[in-house]
Amino acid sequence: MALVEFTPQLRRFVDAPSCRCEAATLREALDAAFAEQPRLRGYILDEQGHLRVNVVVFIDGRRARDLRGLSDPLRADSRIHVLQALSGG
Amino acid sequence: MNDRAWAATRKGLFELRRRASGWQVERLSFVADPVTMLLPPDASGHMLAGLSLGHFGAKLQASDDAGKTWREVAAPSFPPQPAGAEGPAWKLEQVFALERSGEAIWCGTIPGGLFVSRDKGESWQLDETLWGDPRRVQWMGGGNPAPALHSICAHPADANELLIGVSCGGAWRTTDGGRTWGLRAKGMRADFMPPELAGDENSQDPHLIARCRDVPDVLWCQHHCGIFRSADNGASWQELQAEPSSFGFAVAAHPHDPNTAWFAPAIKDERRIPVDAALCVTRTRDGGRTFEALRTGLPQQHCYDLIYRHGLAVDDRGEQLVMGSTTGGLWASGDAGESWQTVSAHLPPIYAVKFG
Repeated sequence: MALVEFTPQLRRFVDAPSCRCEAATLREALDAAFAEQPRLRGYILDEQGHLRVNVVVFIDGRRARDLRGLSDPLRADSRIHVLQALSGG
Repeated sequence: MNDRAWAATRKGLFELRRRASGWQVERLSFVADPVTMLLPPDASGHMLAGLSLGHFGAKLQASDDAGKTWREVAAPSFPPQPAGAEGPAWKLEQVFALERSGEAIWCGTIPGGLFVSRDKGESWQLDETLWGDPRRVQWMGGGNPAPALHSICAHPADANELLIGVSCGGAWRTTDGGRTWGLRAKGMRADFMPPELAGDENSQDPHLIARCRDVPDVLWCQHHCGIFRSADNGASWQELQAEPSSFGFAVAAHPHDPNTAWFAPAIKDERRIPVDAALCVTRTRDGGRTFEALRTGLPQQHCYDLIYRHGLAVDDRGEQLVMGSTTGGLWASGDAGESWQTVSAHLPPIYAVKFG
């Protein structure tokens, strides 16, 4: 199972529980998290489904590369961190 | 309501109350979050606030008790962007204008979209006609990389009539609730364009447009290239000259008197500070033939405060004004601008002020 964890900074605005899921790509993993907490989607992705420019995602210690398609592959036990990018202030 | 005002700032939404001793901060909502625009409460206490979270995007909050408590509601959202679509990304960057017209609430955004809500801000529909107009993709940024729809002038006699302003996309009018639109910027002049395009209505940069509520054919425009006034509901615009400068961003129109308006001048163009580092408000009371510079109570030495386009407001009697600056100065006048009192010299940068 992959594990998606969100920055605790999000809790000021919206519940952001960690999510364990079966997912082959980053988008599948995020969709699983958004299925549990629909309001979270608009905080992480824009209305075109792209990663917000000031949100950064690490997969097993490496930055995600496909910031629009979110097609980065996951391992069965990948650990995903969704964080604030320092570019956002 | 003339004893309450609001300041939307880089670090939250300030509610201000006028007490015997002057204007005071009553409450701060959204502490430390940027609030880009607000819609003051209606008679029921319903109000809206647009937030621009540095990491997590533009959000919309609603209150049913005049700002005591808030709940997040759906922000305006652009539809899926077709492959190859020209112009800015179809992504909400900022809630930049909020106005009521009849039962509807209209929202202008960066990029230059116009949305309407007919359920008090719970859901929003993009005005597809304006967004789909081929002239819209010719719009340019003005201060922001993407175009900004900053002015929504409702018509007191007809809820289906609006006049809007876009930086840089001119002025537009609808008389059928947004189903059709026409340019309404004839007479404006864009000296930042090639000479042959200086009069192009779709290239104008109105920084803000304000309507005289009781004489709605009269509109005032603080434009990038000067001050313009229309006495025929935007069919034509006439340029006016003010001292110490005709450059600025904000304008407030007197609600009753079609000959009176206030402006907040600055040096044009790349040195955006008050002329001689001394802050003033200019006022005309004769339809723009002459202007007075009103300085009493405003800082006159080493003042580098700039007034953003939404940073000057007049109450519904035309007597009180509030003005907020980029460096957190907030001033109020109870005598139509003749004299000013400092409410605070150290608020966060102020994006918008409103009475109500």
